[in-house]
Amino acid sequence: MERTPAAADPNLTPAAGDERSAGRTRVLSADFLFHHVALAMAILVGAALIAVVIAIAVDSWPAIKAFGVIGFLTGRTWDPVSEQFGAFPFIVGTLVSSAIAMVLAVPLSFGIAVFISELAPSWMRQPVSSAIEMLASVPSIVYGLWGLLVFAPAFANVEPWINDHLGAIPGIGVLFQGPPMGIGMLAAGIVLAIMILPYITAIMRDVFVATPTRLKESAYAMGATTWEVARKILLPYTRTAVTGGIFLGLGRALGETMAVTFVIGNSDNLSASLLMPGASIPSVIANEFTEATTKLYVSSLIYLGLVLIGITLIVQALAVLLLGTVGRGARAPS
Amino acid sequence: MVTMTKRLAAVAVAATMGMSAQAAQSITGAGSTWVYPLVAKWSTIYAKQTGVQVNYQAIGSGGGIAQIQAGTVAFGASDKPLLPADLAKHGLIQFPTAIAGEDIVYNVPGLRPGELIVNGPLIADIFMGKVKKWNDAEIARLNPGVKLPDMDITVVHRSDGSGTTFTFANYLSKVSPVWKAKIGADTSIAWPVGVGGKGNAGVASYVQRIKGAIGYVEYAYILENHMAYARMINSAGKVLSPSLQGFQAAAANVDFTKAKDFYVILTDQPGAASWPISGCTWQILRKNAPRASNAAVIRFFDWGFEHGQSVARSIAFGPLPPSTVSAIKAYWKKNLGI
Repeated sequence: MERTPAAADPNLTPAAGDERSAGRTRVLSADFLFHHVALAMAILVGAALIAVVIAIAVDSWPAIKAFGVIGFLTGRTWDPVSEQFGAFPFIVGTLVSSAIAMVLAVPLSFGIAVFISELAPSWMRQPVSSAIEMLASVPSIVYGLWGLLVFAPAFANVEPWINDHLGAIPGIGVLFQGPPMGIGMLAAGIVLAIMILPYITAIMRDVFVATPTRLKESAYAMGATTWEVARKILLPYTRTAVTGGIFLGLGRALGETMAVTFVIGNSDNLSASLLMPGASIPSVIANEFTEATTKLYVSSLIYLGLVLIGITLIVQALAVLLLGTVGRGARAPS
Repeated sequence: MVTMTKRLAAVAVAATMGMSAQAAQSITGAGSTWVYPLVAKWSTIYAKQTGVQVNYQAIGSGGGIAQIQAGTVAFGASDKPLLPADLAKHGLIQFPTAIAGEDIVYNVPGLRPGELIVNGPLIADIFMGKVKKWNDAEIARLNPGVKLPDMDITVVHRSDGSGTTFTFANYLSKVSPVWKAKIGADTSIAWPVGVGGKGNAGVASYVQRIKGAIGYVEYAYILENHMAYARMINSAGKVLSPSLQGFQAAAANVDFTKAKDFYVILTDQPGAASWPISGCTWQILRKNAPRASNAAVIRFFDWGFEHGQSVARSIAFGPLPPSTVSAIKAYWKKNLGI
């Protein structure tokens, strides 16, 4: 699995212009066709995305009319009986569970990626990589069942300890107080972290391995420790790709439905504690769509979907902005 | 040329015959997940005996109502009956299928199955978060001599929209004015406290795993999972354990024959043997559907009422009382002429 550093070095990418000039007309017509097919594909994808957003907006129109934008985003009641719908608890649930997942998964992924690319003996690299990648191929419903039947009961035994120790810290202690149920916001965040770990790890490992050996060796030659190499050579060199990988994981965490539904606890009540149950946007839609009978109820659920698309777009835009700023810092392989 | 036309005609005739034979041999329905086990069992036996396939998709009551209104299925099933006015507006009819019940389950160390006794107002207070501890005076008053621990109550409810929730909340609305005013009844409601589990299985699993938990599940799940269930005090003041007899007693005390379009909800019915949280599933048909389609659906349910009773009992569904079945047959005749 050793990669040649040259393959990833942008300076060595061949231009390949000379070979083309021979038989130009034949290539041109093929090129012309390919160009248009590719263009059509690109337009089709864009058009499909726009069509989806329009369709969702149309279907959520009754709810938009009834609750407005600000009213819906800040509304804290979700009551199908009196048909009062507000998205605030679910927006918080979506963002908090994803934030927990990122806090846990990013450092862990970084550690695993550095281990595989720098520290592990070569016979270990492949098995460890494969094991991480296999985590990505486990269906999310299986994570949900595992979370509910295996993880939550075990976690319930850890929670009294969390209550006693983390819950006693002044300031942030309130985040860690609550009945030891095993399910809740923190449990959802941990299961999500395990789910997005392979995506972030795989990207980090690939770009770390592709970092030119001469850079790393020069640093080692000057007496740098492995940590210093990781911190000062690997990370700056691969910043763009690493940020991209992190946002890929975040996007997945925001939209994850089944696994979260099983372990988040599904309560519309906001709570300061991470040990208490909450609900995320996808989990509410999955839970309530089948039995939603009135027009306004269905429309409010679709409106939630629109809000989720909005959140994902904002995250994507942030990612592009971040990539723009860090991209200027260093040339890096993508 | 003549032979060609003849051959074409023969093909056309064969095709139409094939189609009509196929139409008679399969019925599609959609809706309630609650009634799914019963329809699935009945349709397997029915297909063996008559060759008619019943394809039932358990997409939820809301979906079932939408599908029958759109006319994409021959029957829809809902755990919540439609108001007679709504039926008339959309040209629909409805009739009950079978009776089931639900009960409170709990996970309290030291409390055996059936040891806890509850009544409607107490359940409402617990599920509204007013009663927070297992040794609360309100619980102790109904359970003299039972050792109740000083433990927090964790309420477990359904996270998904469900007829089970509708029946449960409907019962609490009848017995608790505060519940009725503040929360009400629907397939999903705004729970003031607690955690939500997906499906009966989700609630059962949470209750079994969380110490101090209380939840509500269908009777079938209590039997399957050997859960600790509560005995309930019904509207006649009698303490009962959940049983098919109790569900049927609730139905027998309801005069289905008098209610327009069978619009009766079986919770909190009078009668010494009536189980308080009993429920029912309704089948919904379109009046203007093709006669053959409605006839096929009716033949299936008629068969179920006549021959499917022991199968129903084996999976914890109570058969309808004979008086109700004959009322349903009269209703079919009056509305569909079948």
